[in-house]
Amino acid sequence: MDLADLIVEREEEGYFAYHRSALTSDAIHRAEIERIFNRSWLYVGHESEVPERGDFARRTVGKRPLFFVRSRSDGEVKVFANSCTHRGATICRRDRGNAKTFQCFYHAWTFDSDGALIGVPDEECFGPMFDKSKFGLVEVPRMESYRGLIFVSFDREIEDLVDYLAGARAYIDSMMDAAEVAAAFSANGNGGGAASDSWSGPLAVLRGTHEYGIKANWKLLVENSFDGYHLGPTHATYFQFLKDQNVDVSPSTGTMKLLGNGHAVIEYSGSWGRPIARWAEQFGEASRSQLEALRERIIGELGDTGYRMAELNRNLFIYPNLFVMDNNATALRVIQPTAADYMDVAQYELAPPTEDPTVRKVRLESYVTFAGPGGLATPDDVEALESCQQGAASGVEWSLLSRGYFSEEPPMSGELQMRTFWRRWQEQLLAGELVAS
Amino acid sequence: MLERLDLRPTDVTRSELEDLLYNEAYLLDEWRMEDWLALWAEDAEYVVPTNDNPHADPENDLMYINHDYRLLKGLVVRLMSVHAHREYPWSKTRHFVSNVRVLGEDAAGVVHGDAAFQVWRFRNKDRDCYVGRYEVKVRRDGPDLKLVGKWITLDPWTLAPYGAVSIVL
Repeated sequence: MDLADLIVEREEEGYFAYHRSALTSDAIHRAEIERIFNRSWLYVGHESEVPERGDFARRTVGKRPLFFVRSRSDGEVKVFANSCTHRGATICRRDRGNAKTFQCFYHAWTFDSDGALIGVPDEECFGPMFDKSKFGLVEVPRMESYRGLIFVSFDREIEDLVDYLAGARAYIDSMMDAAEVAAAFSANGNGGGAASDSWSGPLAVLRGTHEYGIKANWKLLVENSFDGYHLGPTHATYFQFLKDQNVDVSPSTGTMKLLGNGHAVIEYSGSWGRPIARWAEQFGEASRSQLEALRERIIGELGDTGYRMAELNRNLFIYPNLFVMDNNATALRVIQPTAADYMDVAQYELAPPTEDPTVRKVRLESYVTFAGPGGLATPDDVEALESCQQGAASGVEWSLLSRGYFSEEPPMSGELQMRTFWRRWQEQLLAGELVAS
Repeated sequence: MLERLDLRPTDVTRSELEDLLYNEAYLLDEWRMEDWLALWAEDAEYVVPTNDNPHADPENDLMYINHDYRLLKGLVVRLMSVHAHREYPWSKTRHFVSNVRVLGEDAAGVVHGDAAFQVWRFRNKDRDCYVGRYEVKVRRDGPDLKLVGKWITLDPWTLAPYGAVSIVL
């Protein structure tokens, strides 16, 4: 099927559907990697994961093995292809750690934390023209860090990250500004944010990564991660659990905003509390005055934006594969397609490095019970996505995304954010085709 | 971490601990979840750290599961519901427990032990095998042993391809 025909939209009817071969075709999967993942800004990791010089972490991004290192010479983060420039073996063979140098185990070529090749056994055997300076580790073509979030692009010509983020940038700023206020607020008592000589910030990635796989196409998890419509039916047992804990489960209401370049956000009320900063019963009376004071401080310093940050919850989508989930805890969900019918998912929780123990406990429990793969909700999302993937082989060809087509104010439970994602997806696939021909 | 160095000898035998763990395995495989919950003391700790952080600090780190008795009850309600979509219809599971050791008793009278496990889970085309180690805490309760803690470390490096921990390990 022609890429241009994969989406059918009839405005007068309010009909929008995509062809399910987009979930099952190996050719489309390969095209996505070439034309979307090779030409977008992709999230790699967080500055707090490598706070000290020589710290490193290993990732697979857009199917490419990479690792990032905080340079020992200048304290800046560099992102390298995880491959020896000699014969290709992976250099970084642990998920994280601290190193003075990186040595390839195969023939013992050795690189420093800036990627420079500093050791080659029997170097003279490569001849008089051999120049070590030409065989340093290969950095990704583009790397930029924005308020702690490190992104890479394999497209040297791509626009700058801040331009690419478009309207999503303001949301990242507001969340981080509110976290800065919270860090300063807790600094009065206990020292505040994390810091090393090279990095400081209000939120750090906690130890412990949720890494799991789903036997489904990656786009199904994109849809699911800002889908307000599925919550009631898919997560009935989670809401039952909350009810049994006497948590108010009145339905959330909220809106959706398109943020440009395929990015979007749903922003919604929640009866539950927020560690930054909305007190609710599960935090306990002892934490009440502190959380309410923090809330006042955030609103005082950031005004209406501060109120939104403290009061409302957000699922912020940064195209093509990152979600910032800022609801009862703050987490990052990164989606990596590995085949048409399989994805890897990694989730990281962001929290102030120092926090009131009760608030931390509620934050962790909220995240683990809802968004964690061992919780009371996410296993059912996994089931839904795998079920959609199985259904895609049934011969029924089209999936419908028409909900909210005629809504003037897009509701969080509509599907305009998904339609916009699919349109951007198709545009990139088609643009790639033009370049290729 | 449950492993403790300051343990003294205990009169709880390996056979007793094995009986408890085998019975637990049987009840889980039969989906007798309320009976399984009855094995637990009310100060229960059922903990699964992430694959990359087995020696986690549950007060500060992100875990897969960090359940007290209240949450275990919630989990049982969920798993007995027809709306637990990942586990309805139920998967077929088989819990294997081996390498059981009794390590000793702490100052509070809680007996520590450990074991290796494999939990197979079959459902539709899924054939998942969770492999790892239990660190268990038990306490005498009349003629029985009550489960006080299970700290479950998983050997695979990530949770892929299982997708989730939707059953009790």
